This record gives sequence, structure tokens and C-alpha cells, in this order.
Amino acid sequence: MKAILRTATAAAVAMVLQALPVAAQDKPREVKIGISTFLSGPASVFGVPAKAAAEMIAEDLNKKGGIGGVPVSLHFIDEGAGGEALVSNYRRLVQDEKVDVTFASISSGSCLQLAPLAEDLKMMNFMWDCGAASILEAKKYRYNFRSQANATPEMLAVLVYLLKTKPDFNTIAVVNQDYAWGRESWEIFLTALKQMKPDVKVVAELFPKFGAPDYSTEVSRLLALRPDVIFTTSWGGDLDTFVRQSNQRGLLRQSTFVLAIGETSLQRLGNDLPDGLIVGARGDHWFLHPEMKNDPAFKAFNDAFRAKTGAWPIYPVYHMQQAFSALQGAYDNAIKANGGKWPNREQVVDAAGGLSFKGWGREVTMRAEDNQGLEAQLVGVTRTDPAYGFKVLDNMMIFDPKPITNPPGTKSVEWLKTLGPDFVKMTVPTFKHGG
Amino acid sequence: MVKQLSLPRMAIAVAVIAAIILPMLMPSWATLITLILAKGIVVLGIIILLQAGQVSFGHAMFFGIGAYAVAFWGKYVGPGDLLLFLVIGPVLSTIFGLAIGLFMVRYREIFFGMLNLAFSMVLWSLLEKMYHYTNGADGIRVPRPTLAGIAFTPETFQYVMVYLTLALVLITSFAVQRYLDSPLGHMLRAIKSNETRLEYLGVSARKVLLIGYVISAFLGGLGGVLVAVTQQIATPEFAYWTKSGEFVFIAILGGTTSAFGAFAGAAVFEFVRFLAAAKLANAWQLILGIVLIVIIMYAPGGLIGLLKRKQPLGEKP
Amino acid sequence: MDSTIAVLAVLDGLSYAALVFLVSVGLSLIFGVLRVVNVAHGSLYAYGAYAAATISLAVTPISPWLTFPALLIASVLVGVVIGGLIERFLLRPVYGREEVLQLLITFAVFMIMDNLQRLIWGVQPIFAAEPLRLLPNITVLGVAYTSYQVLLLPLLAALTLVGLRYFLRYTLSGAVILAVTEDREAATAIGIDARRVFLVTFMIGASLAALGGALASPTTSLVPGMGTDMIVLSFAVAATAGLGQIEGAAVTALMIGLARAFAIYIQPEFEVLVPYLIMVIVLLVRPMGLFGVSHVRKI
Repeated sequence: MKAILRTATAAAVAMVLQALPVAAQDKPREVKIGISTFLSGPASVFGVPAKAAAEMIAEDLNKKGGIGGVPVSLHFIDEGAGGEALVSNYRRLVQDEKVDVTFASISSGSCLQLAPLAEDLKMMNFMWDCGAASILEAKKYRYNFRSQANATPEMLAVLVYLLKTKPDFNTIAVVNQDYAWGRESWEIFLTALKQMKPDVKVVAELFPKFGAPDYSTEVSRLLALRPDVIFTTSWGGDLDTFVRQSNQRGLLRQSTFVLAIGETSLQRLGNDLPDGLIVGARGDHWFLHPEMKNDPAFKAFNDAFRAKTGAWPIYPVYHMQQAFSALQGAYDNAIKANGGKWPNREQVVDAAGGLSFKGWGREVTMRAEDNQGLEAQLVGVTRTDPAYGFKVLDNMMIFDPKPITNPPGTKSVEWLKTLGPDFVKMTVPTFKHGG
Repeated sequence: MVKQLSLPRMAIAVAVIAAIILPMLMPSWATLITLILAKGIVVLGIIILLQAGQVSFGHAMFFGIGAYAVAFWGKYVGPGDLLLFLVIGPVLSTIFGLAIGLFMVRYREIFFGMLNLAFSMVLWSLLEKMYHYTNGADGIRVPRPTLAGIAFTPETFQYVMVYLTLALVLITSFAVQRYLDSPLGHMLRAIKSNETRLEYLGVSARKVLLIGYVISAFLGGLGGVLVAVTQQIATPEFAYWTKSGEFVFIAILGGTTSAFGAFAGAAVFEFVRFLAAAKLANAWQLILGIVLIVIIMYAPGGLIGLLKRKQPLGEKP
Repeated sequence: MDSTIAVLAVLDGLSYAALVFLVSVGLSLIFGVLRVVNVAHGSLYAYGAYAAATISLAVTPISPWLTFPALLIASVLVGVVIGGLIERFLLRPVYGREEVLQLLITFAVFMIMDNLQRLIWGVQPIFAAEPLRLLPNITVLGVAYTSYQVLLLPLLAALTLVGLRYFLRYTLSGAVILAVTEDREAATAIGIDARRVFLVTFMIGASLAALGGALASPTTSLVPGMGTDMIVLSFAVAATAGLGQIEGAAVTALMIGLARAFAIYIQPEFEVLVPYLIMVIVLLVRPMGLFGVSHVRKI
């Protein structure tokens, strides 16, 4: 018993010692980054490449001396282990591991759980991938930032692209996964569509269960209904299954398909896809980004990622880069503002508001008013290029984020209702593949 | 006599003291401990049914009902008080428990398990598909409630939750243990060992089982409220079959011979999952699965069985 | 339009029911003989699918037609090897103990297999659609169907049903299995090795789950967690039919498949609810399931 007590005392003392705060101006040994991402479950199609990207980026960053001369270390938590484990582990990272910043999360559900928690814990958090617009519209946060766009500009870009390139359609059907992303993205798309083309008729709204293994019946129904346009924001295995079953039975040729976040599936679907499908990428993310593809650093990044994982980067990889760039920018600015000395946490948070930074696309700005990222959007159509074993994007439009993102202080859907048919007339540059 | 009980009792005392002290030493564990205790309360209900030899593979439905009672209140009525939630959640789950239980007590063994599963899956499908009322798979956020009219800061609230839950754990465990030791509890066990004899004695086995079922539904709802408030969210996953499986898993892991098993099981389950998700994110299910198999094969009485087994042989009752 | 919907829904329901039947009949068979509810059944389904895809992708360069035997080989391989290991080393030690323990062993196996699946095949969706592509499409009322889904799958399901029936009724091994199902003690008393019967039955049941997965693999993307929903769906079918009922499983799978298809045409929001609603109603009215026979009450 005595021995146990002694050990316990020693452990307690050690813990207290460890917990003693470091003097604010001292450079810490490392900048600890807590990252929540999907390592299990269906969304690991995003989470696992993103984790690989984070490790690659951190390694590269540390080789170059880290952030302000301090190396970074990464601490991952699995969003797929369920809500209880997510919240407990987030607290563990913040309170025990004492991370300096968190990147959370992929799923909007996780962001909705963690954003208030991060605020409670005064922990700077970059919502690096989740798309629900409502999170930053409902409340002004100090510690939560979004280093990317949200569903509103993402859907608007896809819609404007559709209306610019294939304006003559009368009927539309939707097949979305049944969860917030699927429902919200359709609400945004439909609200805007009704404003810009009021005579369109919605002939079917199908929301199969998230992770549904079979879409045969949905495909049959759509084949019978013959809608002019079929819209989907599905992703991962769900999208792959739906697209392949549609292709096998001629649906892809019968209707115009809009794969609003299809960029992540292109490499897997290979040459199963016909040309001419409209594909979005949740940002200006494309490994052959027309404005970036000749940048040697961008090429080196893509090649290194491909060498490491066997696939070209997809948007979650680029979103991960944006979170790192945002962090680096915030620290750099805070160090500058602090006269070259290491900043404390609050100073870093101050420096993150209104910050502009560059990932592997156009510059992103996190608006000071609501911490929402303004990120350009790239949309294109599929086309064959024999140099690749899969379809690439052609006729790409890159949308400036300002006009397609609702102004701070407004709610997405209300703002969308103020738009009209003229909205489509905006000028957007178009880029050819290989051009 | 005294010695026989000393080991488990000491274990219980150590566990209670740990639950009191740990949150203060390690604030980040307060939430985890709250979740463990709250889930243990649900598992108490599973243990009650196991006394009668019945396994509910759908008990997550009562857990879900408790959680959604709170969530719906927040969504449709407005801010609420924790004391109020602790009434409406369990009351609602008890009402459902009674309504479903009236059918359920006609069934035994696999049919009992299957019908429970069926009911819980209906609830899950409704929560999942009624998107406009339930937010579908994403669930409903539960804002931090007041307690007896007092609003707490997030830091204080986690302590409020952990100690409140601990108090509820002590009350419910004591009550459940009393119930199991009472004539009603003995009759419940008779359903497992010899139901016909029970009937010959003029006791309605269905009535005995119904009482147990309703109590377990009550405990499920109570646990659901606590977890929803602690996690600040209720999702359809709360009622999914894997959640039900988890509760049964915890009961067997802990041991079904006393109320304490529920909490021992919940503690090990959540710690393994928490640590494995932190250190071995790729393998937490693998580890939990292996732990369960080892317990079933080599420690038939669960964790509390292990504690008891350490007693000298001569002192066995 | 209404008669069109009816025809299409029947076709869609039929192909869906065929897969569901294969998986649930295996579950039902295992329960009928071993009295074990095999929670790992969905994992066997997933492994069948992954194994089939792996072998298919390997043989496609030689000849795409080899993918058809690959589907069969994969399911037998998974059923015999993994099924055999589960029965022999995990279930056998706990026979005679409480049923809940056997069920929990399979629950633990489900967690382990789910995890290993991720470690073996990764998390990116995999597909091997060769068999689907090789067979031509057929057009019904202007709607294209794959003959793989609306002809081959129902045909294989029907063959399985007839084959199982024949095996159980007219072969010696089948008779032995039936004898153990009817009365385990009496069967053992007349010298039947119940342990061998259990092993063989579990392997057959597991192979059927894997066959369901293998046959589904050309039509769907293989992703982590694909077995989880299949488990509970096949429970619903097996329990609604009456556990251990083979024809019952076929009829119930058809019922649930058709109800689901009609739901998607008429009221898609009910799609997920339909199987479980049917299960609740049936179990409330007939506790033993639609085709189950009530056993003599245990004393």
C-alpha cells in the first residue's frame, strides 16, 4: 500500500510539474496540432488521404524550420469512433496533450459538436473541411475559423456553371445522401435555382440512406421519369455506386449529370464515366489547376503525394494544406505584431481574423466579421485524356468567391432568395484542359 | 461473512473515491467519467433483464428516447432545466417501456431479443428519415441546460454533470440492488431458472418480467438524458443496433451478478475505446473485440467475477 | 404510368430480394442448427464481397469470364476458412453456456472482422464490375436493366433455395443436419457427431453470406462498414420468416424487397422503415415468425 501511495504521489507531482505553464515569450519546443479526421467509416475516403497529406506537409514544414523556427507535431483523433470518443479525445488533446491549435473536422456533425467546445476551451480551431454554412452564421465565434468555403458558394458555383453551359432544361431530379450535407446542399441549390430559373420542375427528390449499397431502384425510377438534369452531392462509395449503376444502364447518357463534389471520385471511377458530366470540387481544387499547374512547387507536392499514397491529391488534401497555411500565416503575423517575439495564444487568435493565405489554389481570406473563409470555386466537365487512366476536367470555370458567398451577417437561404435570373450573367473565366 | 464481501466492497469504495477525485485531478477526464457512469446506468437495466435470462438487443431505443426527449424539448419548447430533463426523459422512456413491455413480456429468449431489436430499428429509421423534425442522421444539438435555475460556465458544468451523475449512479445502483435482493428480484431470476414453477406458485411471470422491463426502460431513458446533455447532442446512432449491442457487451464484460458490474464494464469499455482511439486509431474495435472474447472464454463472471475469484477458496459462501 | 411502376418495382424488388435471401438464409440455417444468432454474418458478407473483388481483379487480365467462377470460389473460400475458424475456435468452447455469450462472441468477431477488413483492404471504395459488364442489358418498358441483376441473381437465389432443400431432404448429410435441428440429444444418442454437423452447417451458412457478398460485389462499391446494415436487414428477414425457415426466408425476402422497391417509387422516405415495420407487425401477430412453428414450452 505504501509503495502504491509513493508511486501515486510521484505521479501527481510529475503531472503538476508538467502542467506548469511555459513563460509566454519563450519559444516552445514544438507547436502541437490536434487534427480530427476520419480514419474509420465511409468518410475515411477523405480522412485517410488528408492524414497522409498532414504528415507530408508537417514533415516538409519541419525540414524548412517549422513555424517561426518551432517544429510542429501532429496528434490525430478519429472522427469515425463515434461522438463520445470524439468529444472525450478532443478534450484530452486540449487539456492533457495541451495542443496549441486544432483542425476539426471533416463532418459538419463533428464541427457542430466541437466548435462550441473549442470556444468553451478557448482553443483556436480551424474548421478545415466541414461544409455546413449554418455553423458560422448562427453565432460569432472568437476561436473558430473556417479555412475554406462552405456549401453556399460551392453549390452556387455548380449551379451557375450548369445554367451557363446547359441552360435549356425543364425538369430536374436529385439523389443525395440522407444527412445534413445532402439535405442542406440540395436546399441551397434548389432555392437558388428557383430564383434563377423559376419554371424548372423537380420530378423526384430521392434521399437514400447514407452508405446505401444499392441504387438500382432509384436508377430505374429515374430512367422511367427521364429528368433533363440529375443533381447529386453524394461522395465516396455512395457516389461511385450510384454513378456506375447509372452508367451501366444508360442513365448517364439520358440525363445531364451534375456531380457537385465528384472531383474526389474521378480517379476511382476511371474510364467508367462518359465525357460531359459537370463536376465540382468544393473549392478551386484540382491537381491540374489551370493557374497553378506550371508552378514547380505545386507539381512537386502533387508528385510527392502520389508517390506516397498512389493517387493524385483530392480536395481534402488541399483543404488540409489550407489549414496549415492559415496556421502558418496566423503565427507569422502574430510574431511580427509582437515585435519578433513568440506570441501567446490570444495573440495568435487575434492574428488569424481577417487573414489571407495561399494553399494550392487561389488566395483564401478568412473574413474578419464571421471568420468564414472566402475560397474560389472550380467547376468543369469530364473529358478523356489518354495520358490519364481516368477522366479529367475540361472547360473549367474558376469563380471568384466574393459574389457567390453570402455577406457576413446574412443567412444563406435568405440571401439566396434575393438573387435573380441576372445572377447567372456574371463573367467567369473559362480554362481548357491542357491549355 | 464480512470477509466474503470485503473485496468487492473495497473495489466499489475505491471506484467511488476514484470517480470523486479523478475529475479534479484531471479535468479532461470529467466528461469521460460522466459518460462511463451514465452508460453504466443504462447497463443496470440490461443486467436486470439478464437476471430473467432475457437479452434485449434493442435497449438503445430507451436510451434514444431519453436523449431525444431532451433534444426535442430544446428544439421545440426552448431552453430547459436539467432537473426537468431528468424527469421528462425517464418518464417518457418508462411510458414507452410499459407500452412495448406489455407485448414484449409474452416473448422469451431469441424472440424477446429480436422483437426488441425490431422496435429499436423502427425508432432508429424514424429518427433517421424524419429529417424535417429530427435533423436526420446529424441529430439535434442539446444546449447546455441550467440546473435548478442556475446557469453554469462550461468548466463548472462538467463538474456539475460528473457529480450529479455520480449521485444518480449511487441512488440507482442502491435501488437496483435492493430490487434484485427483494422477492420481486428473486422471482425475476426464477423466470430464468424455472418459469413454470413460478406460475405454479400463482405468480404471473409476465407481470414480474414487465416490472423488470419497465425499470430497465426507465434506467435507459435516464442514461440517455445524461449522455445527451453531456455530449450536447442526440443522434439516431443512440438508438442503432450497435449501441444496443454495446450495452449488452458492457454488461457481460463487467459481470451480471451485481450492479457494480455495470460500471466496471462501462469503465473498461470506454477507457479501452478512448485510449485505443487516441493511441491506436486503426485498431480500437480489434482490441475491444479481443478483450471481450478473452473475458467470455476465461473469465465467465466478467470483471467483478475476477475480483471475487481472488478470494481464498475456503471462504466461498 | 401506374402499371409501368408496378412492373419496374417488381423487377427491382426481385433482384434486391435475391441478395437479401442468400444472406438471410445462411443466418437462418445457422440458427436453426446451432441456435446461435450470428452477428458476424454481415462481416462474412463483406469479406465475401472483398474476396470476390480481389480474385476478380486478379483474373480479369487473363479472361474476364473467369470472374464468374471467381465469385463462387471467393465465397466458398471465405465460408470454409473464416467460417470454420470462427466455429471451431470461438463458438465451440462456449456451446452449452448461455446463448447470450455465443451471440456476444459473434459480436466480438464482428468488431474484429470489421477492423481487420479496413487494415487488409483499406478504406478507398473498391469495385470489380466485370461480371456485370459481360452480360447484356435488357430493356423493359423502355427502361434498361442489367441481366446480371434481374435475371442471374434471382436465378442463382432460386437455385440455392432448391439446392438447399434438396440437400437437406434427400442427402445423408442433409438428413443428419435436420436430425440435429429437430432433436439434438436424440441425434447424438444415435451416434451422430453433433460437433461435425455444427462445423459443416456453420461453413455452409457462412458461405451463403459470402456468396451474397460476392454476387453483390459487381454491382456496388466495397466500403468499410458495408456489412453493418446487412446484418440487421438479414436479422429482420430471418426473424420475420421464422428462424430456421428456409422457404420462409425466400418468401419474406421477396416481400421485403418488393415493399422497399414500391416505397422508393411511391414514398421514398419510407424505404428504410419498411423492413423493420414489417418485422414488428409480423412478430407481434406471430411471435415465431410467418412460417415458424411454435416449440413445446421448455420446462
